[in-house]
Amino acid sequence: MPTIENPSVVSITVDTEKCIAEKGCRVCIDVCPTDILILDLANGKVRMAYDECWYCLPCEHDCPTQALKVEIPYLLR
Amino acid sequence: MAIQRIDVDILVVGGGTAGPLAAIKAKQKSPGLQVLLLDKANVKRSGAIAEGMDSVNNAIVPGYATPEQYVKEITIANDGIVNQAAINAYAVRSCDMIRELDSWGVKFEKDATGEYAVKKVHHLGSYVLPMPEGYDVKKMIFKQLRKLGVRTTNRLTTTRLLVGSDGRIAGAMAVDSRSGDFHVIRAKAVVLCTGAAGRLGLPASGYLFGTYENPTNAGDGYSMAYHAGAELSGLECFQINPLIKDYNGPACAYVTGPFGGYTVNAKGERFIKSDYWSGQMMLEFWRELEGGNGPVFLKLDHLADETVTKIENVLHITERPTRGRFHAGRGTDYRRDLVEMHISEIGLCGGHSASGVWVDEHARTTVPGLYAAGDLCNVAHNYMLGAMVYGGLAGEDAVDFIAGKDFAVVDEAQVEAERRRVFAPLERADGIPPTQVEYKLRRMVNDYLQPPKVTRKMELGLRRFTEIRADLERIKARNPHELMRAMEVHAILDCAELAAVASLYRTESRWGLYHYRTDYPERDDAHWFAFVEIRKGADGRPECFKREVPPYLYPIEAGERDAYDRLRVETPLAA
Ligand SMILES: Cc1cc2nc3c(=O)[nH]c(=O)nc-3n(C[C@H](O)[C@H](O)[C@H](O)COP(=O)(O)OP(=O)(O)OC[C@H]3O[C@@H](n4cnc5c(N)ncnc54)[C@H](O)[C@@H]3O)c2cc1C
Ligand code: SF4
Ligand code: SF4
Repeated sequence: MPTIENPSVVSITVDTEKCIAEKGCRVCIDVCPTDILILDLANGKVRMAYDECWYCLPCEHDCPTQALKVEIPYLLR
Repeated sequence: MAIQRIDVDILVVGGGTAGPLAAIKAKQKSPGLQVLLLDKANVKRSGAIAEGMDSVNNAIVPGYATPEQYVKEITIANDGIVNQAAINAYAVRSCDMIRELDSWGVKFEKDATGEYAVKKVHHLGSYVLPMPEGYDVKKMIFKQLRKLGVRTTNRLTTTRLLVGSDGRIAGAMAVDSRSGDFHVIRAKAVVLCTGAAGRLGLPASGYLFGTYENPTNAGDGYSMAYHAGAELSGLECFQINPLIKDYNGPACAYVTGPFGGYTVNAKGERFIKSDYWSGQMMLEFWRELEGGNGPVFLKLDHLADETVTKIENVLHITERPTRGRFHAGRGTDYRRDLVEMHISEIGLCGGHSASGVWVDEHARTTVPGLYAAGDLCNVAHNYMLGAMVYGGLAGEDAVDFIAGKDFAVVDEAQVEAERRRVFAPLERADGIPPTQVEYKLRRMVNDYLQPPKVTRKMELGLRRFTEIRADLERIKARNPHELMRAMEVHAILDCAELAAVASLYRTESRWGLYHYRTDYPERDDAHWFAFVEIRKGADGRPECFKREVPPYLYPIEAGERDAYDRLRVETPLAA
C-alpha cells in the first residue's frame, strides 16, 4: 500500500540565529504536549515535524532565548 | 524495541491535573511508598492546565455557597442523574483545596478584605472564582511533586491496563513515543487520570488537533478502563461547548460574564439567561444557530475600554493564550467587534458533562484497585478543582487499599498479546497513515453521532465504525511518534462505538443538546431516571444496563427541578 507525501505549511518558526539547541537546549522539545518539535540534524536547530499543534504556547513561553514563534495553524486562521 | 519492567506500589497514569494530586496525596499520607506518575507528554506542561486557568468554575466558598446548594444546582443542571454522594465528596473539600493551592502560591481573585471574590455565572448560585493571574497553577503543583520526591516518567503512552487473575488491577503497559520501548509496569493500585475523550468529534475546521480539549487526551483512558472490565457511565451525555468559531477555545462566559459580557444572536438580542455551560444552554445555542437567528456572538463592545483591557489581560495571557493572536489575525477587537461563536466537536468528559468511568465517592471504579479521577470519571461538572479533589481522594484511598497486599498475579499471555497489538503498525511493511484513519473516523463521528441524534444515523455510524475497525489492521506507523497516533486511533474508535451504543440504548431525550434524540424528543423519567452504564460483555461486545440513581442527600423540590429548562429569554431583551 504505497503512500504519497502530503505537505503542510509550518506554523512554528524557529529563529536559527537565536536557537541554542547546539548547546544542548531541548526545552521546547521537552515541553510540547503533542511532541511535534524535533532536532533538525541538518542544521542542529529545532523544527516542527508534525502538523499537530494545539497552539498552546509552552514551547514559546519556556524558550530561554525567545527563538521560537507560534502561529495559529493555517486551517484555523 | 526493548521491554522495560518496573514495579511500583501505586501507579498514576496521566500527570495533568488530577494525576499530580493523586501522587501528592498518596505520598503525603505514606511517604515510604513507591509512587510513579507517568504521562504521555511532559508532566511539567501537560494536560488542560498547562498554561493555567482563568477561573475556578465551581468554588464552594463559605459566605457565597454551601455544599448543599452546589450539589442541588449540579443535580438540577444534570437533569437529576447524579450520585449526590460523589458530587458532595467534592463540594465539602472544595474550599480546603483552594486554600491549599493558595498556600502553594496559586493566585485567586480576592476582595478588599482579602476574602475570595466569588462571582455568579451559574443559573442559580455563585460559584465562579476568577484567577486573573492563574497562569502559574501547573508550575506550583509541579514544585510540590518535586518537594515530595514523586517519581515521574514522561512520553509514555499507556495502552492497556493489566488485570490480575483474581480480577484485581495489576498495573499497566505503555509505549515510549520517542524510543519505541515497551514498558510493563506492575502496581498494586492504579489511578487513571488521562482526561477527556477530546479527539472524538472533528472540529468544524477539519484540523485534527484543533480540539477544545488538550489533544493528548484522545480517549485512551475510556478505552483502557473498558478493556479492563470497568463500568463506564453516561457515555450518551456528550460534551459540547460554545467556543470561539474556528479558534475552538472558550471565549469565555465565565471570564466576561462578571464584567458584563453576554451571548447574543445575529439581531443583537440576548436569548439565554445564563451562560453557564449546560446541555440545556447548548440546546438553546444550537437552536439559535440553526433556526435562522445565527450566527451567535459574544458581545463585549458595549463595555468601557478599561474593562475590555482587563478582559484581554485574562483571556490573552492564561489558559488558551493564543486567543489574542487569533483575533489579531482576523482584525477582531472586543471594543468594536462581536466575537463569532460556534459549537465544539463532541467529546466525552465527566468534568464538563457527565460521561466517564463510573466511580463512587472515593474515586473507586468497579475494578478493585483501579481508581479514576478528573475528566475521565463520571462525577458531573467537576472541572479543574473537582479533578484535583478526586485525584487526592483516589491517592489517599489507594494507600489504604494496597496495605498488606502484594502484586496481583498476571498471566504473561496478556503482556504478549498487547506487545503484539502495539507493535503491529511498526512491523507492517506499509499501510494507511494513522492520521488518515483518524480523520475518516472522526468525520464519521460528526456525520452520525453529533446531536440531534437520529436512530437510523447512529446505526449506520456503527456499521461505518466496524469497517474502520478492519482498517486498524492496515495502519502503518513509520516511527514511535506515529505509533502513538496509531494506538490513539484504536482508543478513539472504542469511544465512538461506546458512545453510539449508549446513545441508542437511552430511548428518550435528556441533558438538552447532549442527548437530544429526534425519535424520542421527550424526557421520560418513568423509564429513564437512571444511569446508563456500559461494560465489556462476556462476548467481548459492549453491554448496556441501567444503574439506579442513589437516594438524594439533598432532596430537590418539584418547583426547582426544571429550573435549567427555563433558560431561554422569553421576550428578547433589547441588547
Ligand atoms: C480549554 C479549557 C479551558 C478550561 N477552563 C476551565 C476553567 O476556567 N475553570 C475550570 O475549573 N476548569 C476549566 N477547564 C476544565 C479543567 O481544566 C479540567 O476539567 C481538568 O483540568 C481536567 O483534569 P484531568 O487531570 O482530568 O485532565 P488533564 O489535566 O488534561 O490531564 C490528562 C493527562 O493525561 C495524559 N494522558 C492522556 N492519555 C494518556 C496515556 N494514554 N498515557 C499517559 N498519559 C496520558 C495527558 O498528557 C495529560 O497530561 C478547562 C478545560 C479546557 C480544556
Ligand atoms: S527552547 Fe528555544 S533555544 Fe531551546 S531548543 Fe527550543 S527554540 Fe532552541
Ligand atoms: S504551541 Fe503547544 S502544541 Fe504547538 S508546538 Fe508549541 S507546545 Fe507544541
